[in-house]
Amino acid sequence: MKYLHLIWAGLTRRKTRTIFTVLSVLAAFLLFGLLDTVNSAFGNVSGSLAGASRLVTVSKISFTMALPMSLYSRIQAVPGVAGVSYANWFGGQYQDGRVFFPNQAVSENFFDLRPEWELPAAQKRAFKETRTGAVAGANLARQFGWKIGDKIPLQATIFPQKGGSNAWTFDLVGIYRAKNPDARGEENALFFNYKYFDEARQFGNGAVGSYSVKLTDPRQADQVAHAIDALSADSEYETKTETEQAFTAALVSQFADIGLIVGSIMAAVFFTLVLLTGNTMAQAVRERIPELAVLKTIGFSRRSVLALVLCEAVLLLLIGASIGLLLASVAVVSIQGQVAGQLSLPRVGAGEWSRGLLLALAIGLLVGFLPAWRGMRLRIVDALSGR
Amino acid sequence: MSRAAKSGSVLRTAGSLVAYFLIPIVILLASPWWLLLGIVAALAAFAVFTRPGQQVLSVIQVGIATIPQRIGSSSVVVVGIAGVVAVLVALLAMAQGFAQTLKETGDDQTAIVLRAGSNTELNSVLDHETAVLVSQAPQVRRGDSGEPIASPELVVVTSIPKKSTGLDANVEMRGVGERAWELRPKVKITEGRKFKPGLRELIVGKDARRQFANVDPGSTLKLNGQTWTVVGAFDSNDSHNSEVWGDTDIVASAYRRGSSTTSVTVRLTDASAFDAFKAGLAADRRLQVDASTTRSYFNAQSQSISNIIRILGTVVGVIMAVGAVFGALNTMYAAVAARTREIATLRAIGFRGTPVILSVMAETLLLALLGGVIGAGLAWAVFDNFTASTLGSNFSQVVFSFRVSPPLLWSGLKWALTIGLIGGLFPALRAARQPVTAGLREL
Repeated sequence: MKYLHLIWAGLTRRKTRTIFTVLSVLAAFLLFGLLDTVNSAFGNVSGSLAGASRLVTVSKISFTMALPMSLYSRIQAVPGVAGVSYANWFGGQYQDGRVFFPNQAVSENFFDLRPEWELPAAQKRAFKETRTGAVAGANLARQFGWKIGDKIPLQATIFPQKGGSNAWTFDLVGIYRAKNPDARGEENALFFNYKYFDEARQFGNGAVGSYSVKLTDPRQADQVAHAIDALSADSEYETKTETEQAFTAALVSQFADIGLIVGSIMAAVFFTLVLLTGNTMAQAVRERIPELAVLKTIGFSRRSVLALVLCEAVLLLLIGASIGLLLASVAVVSIQGQVAGQLSLPRVGAGEWSRGLLLALAIGLLVGFLPAWRGMRLRIVDALSGR
Repeated sequence: MSRAAKSGSVLRTAGSLVAYFLIPIVILLASPWWLLLGIVAALAAFAVFTRPGQQVLSVIQVGIATIPQRIGSSSVVVVGIAGVVAVLVALLAMAQGFAQTLKETGDDQTAIVLRAGSNTELNSVLDHETAVLVSQAPQVRRGDSGEPIASPELVVVTSIPKKSTGLDANVEMRGVGERAWELRPKVKITEGRKFKPGLRELIVGKDARRQFANVDPGSTLKLNGQTWTVVGAFDSNDSHNSEVWGDTDIVASAYRRGSSTTSVTVRLTDASAFDAFKAGLAADRRLQVDASTTRSYFNAQSQSISNIIRILGTVVGVIMAVGAVFGALNTMYAAVAARTREIATLRAIGFRGTPVILSVMAETLLLALLGGVIGAGLAWAVFDNFTASTLGSNFSQVVFSFRVSPPLLWSGLKWALTIGLIGGLFPALRAARQPVTAGLREL
């Protein structure tokens, strides 16, 4: 620690070079922060505990197939089931359809089974009592300036009303919030009453898209899932039941191997970065050989010269990485505002920071080692005489 | 320096920043290849035929000759830029490949009819009567037997495990009508035979066969308790290759769709008949449908995903490019510093500032070009025809290949040159401004 000013003096010896290098490091870690966030956004979409304590039951053929309503009471009777709600994807478009958000018809007890969301009791009651009632996520409501009492028109893409009209109108009776601030992405959906939807739609009546099952004990997830699937085994409507978490993870993995893409980009970035900072450190040490020799002459041990150069490299990386990650946090917040509804990005959190800084430390040691070794091994006489 | 003079110089610096930086960047990124070729040719002519040009050339030669002495730091420019270009080209090739695969699925001669308001086949439902009315429109071409060349189709999604992960993935199952073969002459049976109408038989697309387990001809699939036999494989050279096909009526009965379908695809008498076809359907009170050419329909299906990838690629590219610019600046400042004496000597024996500036620029651009070529070559070697798949708009897997096209390689090179231009300019200006006497005294 007492050598900090010495290390700092090394860095500020050539200010332009240090600044340019820090800016390169910054760019690399800005990218790291952004991509790592995207990666974890896809990785734990439903990483909440609530996601593990609920099961999703969909058609075994694919989740786009409907299931009969008759399963509802039968699933409720399965031991270990605390409650069942059901939902049907609506896929309506709002305004010109350019901004997409999920919207579904749900059973009236839907919000009772989601303790991770906050919906005032009066609004919960209003949802059950209003035929055309709808509840929107806080983020979504903010984005479109919706207030309770507003009429929300949606254009159907799948389900027309009886008579063929695609125009559906719902009354906003509630706005829910996610209790966990990192799950703000869940506040981008709209839900409305299944009962009204089922009465008014032209076809498909009496069927639902999926059941959501709340467990009395999350540890029984596998047994309960098997018991539910056994209800419909060898029937025309076989089901597939898994935890919400597993369901979402499987869906995401169908989009792309995000981890692979992000990993390849980061590999290219950090390979370049190692070369770049390695070159900077090599230059810095080459220029300072006489100075290092002086340090040795006045009694610095070989090991402390090694440590000095290594620390300089690590400090350079850590400064760049910190600013880069800081910028990434700011950028993620502003990007989230732009893409709300399509993707929910978690904030750059402790995970990104610790991974990023560890990476910076590792790269610093890696690129500092060769120059530091050279500094340690130099012979005072040769170095001072410029040989 | 007085404060006024200082602020004046700041303004001047800002002004020259714009002039030196933004203008060349805009020209470089926006210009077509022939313009750049022209500029290069003009510069070459200048270098060979004019006296100042010959001066420049000789200084450039000296600069390049000294690169081997600075091989380590020069390679920073090359590798940095190669990284940017490789990542950029690979991501853009992914977007391009996806868009291209879907684009090739459609053409202007065939039209697809969906229920009004539905933007994808999966969301659409047409009743039997509608399907019949659509295929009897006068603009639909008739086959040899006098029947309209139309195929009522039913798109459903089924789950089959992916070979690579072993996990269930959504596969698009398309029920097609008897005339689908006349409608899509591109589709060739490559193995086995076509399915027989009325039987639970399937044929599998080339890409679906490659991606999913147990769909080779001869194997059987169990879907919803019913057994289907795969009797053949087909290649259509477009996104249909990601699908499995069966008879519309049989798929409908297996999925309990009654006599409804999701879409009707028809072959038009000719491309110009589309407007009349669309107008005719819109005017018919019995129908609530939207018609589009298959080209515009499939183009629209690729848009959101390929846009997302393109934006991702550009953002990543820009951030990496910023990093590479600073790397190049560092390298070139160091290069100029290493050549201080040599440059001062040149100035002392009468060389002007311009040849010095141009020589540093030329050196940087040469390194950048090398980096660009390496990066683009790497992207091409690794990613051209690289196969990937994603969930398409029908909630099922669409297999596509990355396309590293010449325009993409070209835009990668332009990025490389732009980075080189920015990274070389300031060091070049410093080289020219170094006071000669101080430079000569330097050890």
